[in-house]
Amino acid sequence: MSGYSVNKTISEINERIQKGKAVVLNAEEMVKVVREQGKVKAAQEVDVVTTGTFSPMCSSGILFNIGQEPPVMKVSELYLNNVPAYSGFAAVDAYLGATEPATDDPLNKVYPGRFSYGGGHVIEDLLRGKRVHISAKAYGTDCYPRRTLEKDVFLSDLPDAWLLNPRNCYQNYNCAVNMSSRTIYTYMGPLKPNCRNANFATAGQLSPLLNDPYFRTIGLGTRIFLGGAVGWVIGAGTQHNPRPQRNDRGVPTVGAGTLMLKGPLKKMSPRYVRGVSITGYGCSLSVGVGIPIPILNEEIAWFAGVSDEDIDMPIKDYGYDYPNGLPRILGHATLAQLKSGKIKVGDMSTVSVPITSYTMSLEIADTLKSWIQDGSFTISTPQEPIEST
Amino acid sequence: MSTDVMKGYRKIVYLSFPPETSSRPIVCNLARLFDLSFNILKAKIHPRHDGSMVLEISGLEENFHKGVNYLKESGLQVESVARKIFRDEDSCVHCGMCTALCPTKALELDLVTRKVQFDPERCSACGMCRRICPVNAMTVDIEENGLHV
Ligand code: SF4
Ligand code: SF4
Repeated sequence: MSGYSVNKTISEINERIQKGKAVVLNAEEMVKVVREQGKVKAAQEVDVVTTGTFSPMCSSGILFNIGQEPPVMKVSELYLNNVPAYSGFAAVDAYLGATEPATDDPLNKVYPGRFSYGGGHVIEDLLRGKRVHISAKAYGTDCYPRRTLEKDVFLSDLPDAWLLNPRNCYQNYNCAVNMSSRTIYTYMGPLKPNCRNANFATAGQLSPLLNDPYFRTIGLGTRIFLGGAVGWVIGAGTQHNPRPQRNDRGVPTVGAGTLMLKGPLKKMSPRYVRGVSITGYGCSLSVGVGIPIPILNEEIAWFAGVSDEDIDMPIKDYGYDYPNGLPRILGHATLAQLKSGKIKVGDMSTVSVPITSYTMSLEIADTLKSWIQDGSFTISTPQEPIEST
Repeated sequence: MSTDVMKGYRKIVYLSFPPETSSRPIVCNLARLFDLSFNILKAKIHPRHDGSMVLEISGLEENFHKGVNYLKESGLQVESVARKIFRDEDSCVHCGMCTALCPTKALELDLVTRKVQFDPERCSACGMCRRICPVNAMTVDIEENGLHV
């Protein structure tokens, strides 16, 4: 029917998972299998490849409800440990974004600012079982008379709490350098002047969207590892680019696809959901995401066999070009080169520095692998594809 | 670097001076009396005239110990910098960001395990990692601007 020599279905794979017979590899192991045995053999033997990434993902946050304490209230201003949350919803619903700083944060007034506490830290505190102070204000209505509310809560007190991330898992991204003559502090970490370091943020061959570059298996409804719990892909993320430039292996050579994710906060672990302070830039949240890729045919196997050598990252100047929106790319480096600790930018040799934890990314891929191997996690069928050509 | 290798011994120490010592040339005597070379990595005189200094000392090991005894006899408190800096191992996620600025390679990515190794003996207590680490895993227990950083 399809022109492939291997044709498996998700339900066949799930049957094997439930019988404890599925062959599951992490994306690092898959590189070797495809390289040594070829894509057809790999597709015959391997049922699922697990990916993983653990990195600051700024476009993240929690959607939650604080519960009513009669007389009831329609909140118009809400703070958690002094960090503002958006409450322009019904009654006591609110959204807290990861990069929101506390109201009394000195920001970059003392440069570079530390951003020691913000939305991401509130989320981590909730997960660590810490007490969080809620302060709410309202204008008062006939049906919602309460004007103020002050209370301490634990995560378990919140009637609902979802991690709901508008944009995660960027498929490829920039490698950042600084061609200016002073040290700058960016969301890509500190960059020394005159291109003395090159920072990169990807788990490379383990990264979810680099293993399924055309979204053949990942779509709305894909069940995933999210922050230590089971979550879902709920569609393309914001800024999703369905038609990126690609290299001859299909891997985008620029920032490309993104995902919107959702998962139950109460089931997550602070090991995989960490508040972070990025000096000079702001607060954020490191999120652990692992996505399973069902190997339905040899083409999907080939894509999941992507290695660090196959991934080309665009090198961009964050000293002038990026802040001014200039599209110039200074060149490309493969992830294998970046991981070696040194790359070439033009004819300069530059130290390359990771800001994504490879060890944590691998731990996530392996955790997801163990869930599938013990039969507790099966593969879901996406209900809507995510556009990608 | 080459002289360090020749003389064999190199260590970074943290000195604190009580008020009555900070005006005397005690540190200079390390070179004069014990043939040690030193490099002042950081120095601070506090408002009450006590002071602190981070010093990289190199020379013969025997002379290093004599020199340190001399400093102590002169009323200074001498501590190894390695004992002043800590990494919270449970907190570190091995992201690698600190290695962008660590000037001494005390924090360095192991290219095989992809973990960030921390070798306190190489640390100069510059405090950069403490400033950069996104999860606040580094503690540098040294006064800076009269405040603990
Ligand atoms: S920046 Fe912090 S978390 Fe990252 S490797 Fe260094 S000490 Fe560990
Ligand atoms: S204080 Fe931190 S950055 Fe500075 S030398 Fe020591 S480990 Fe490196």
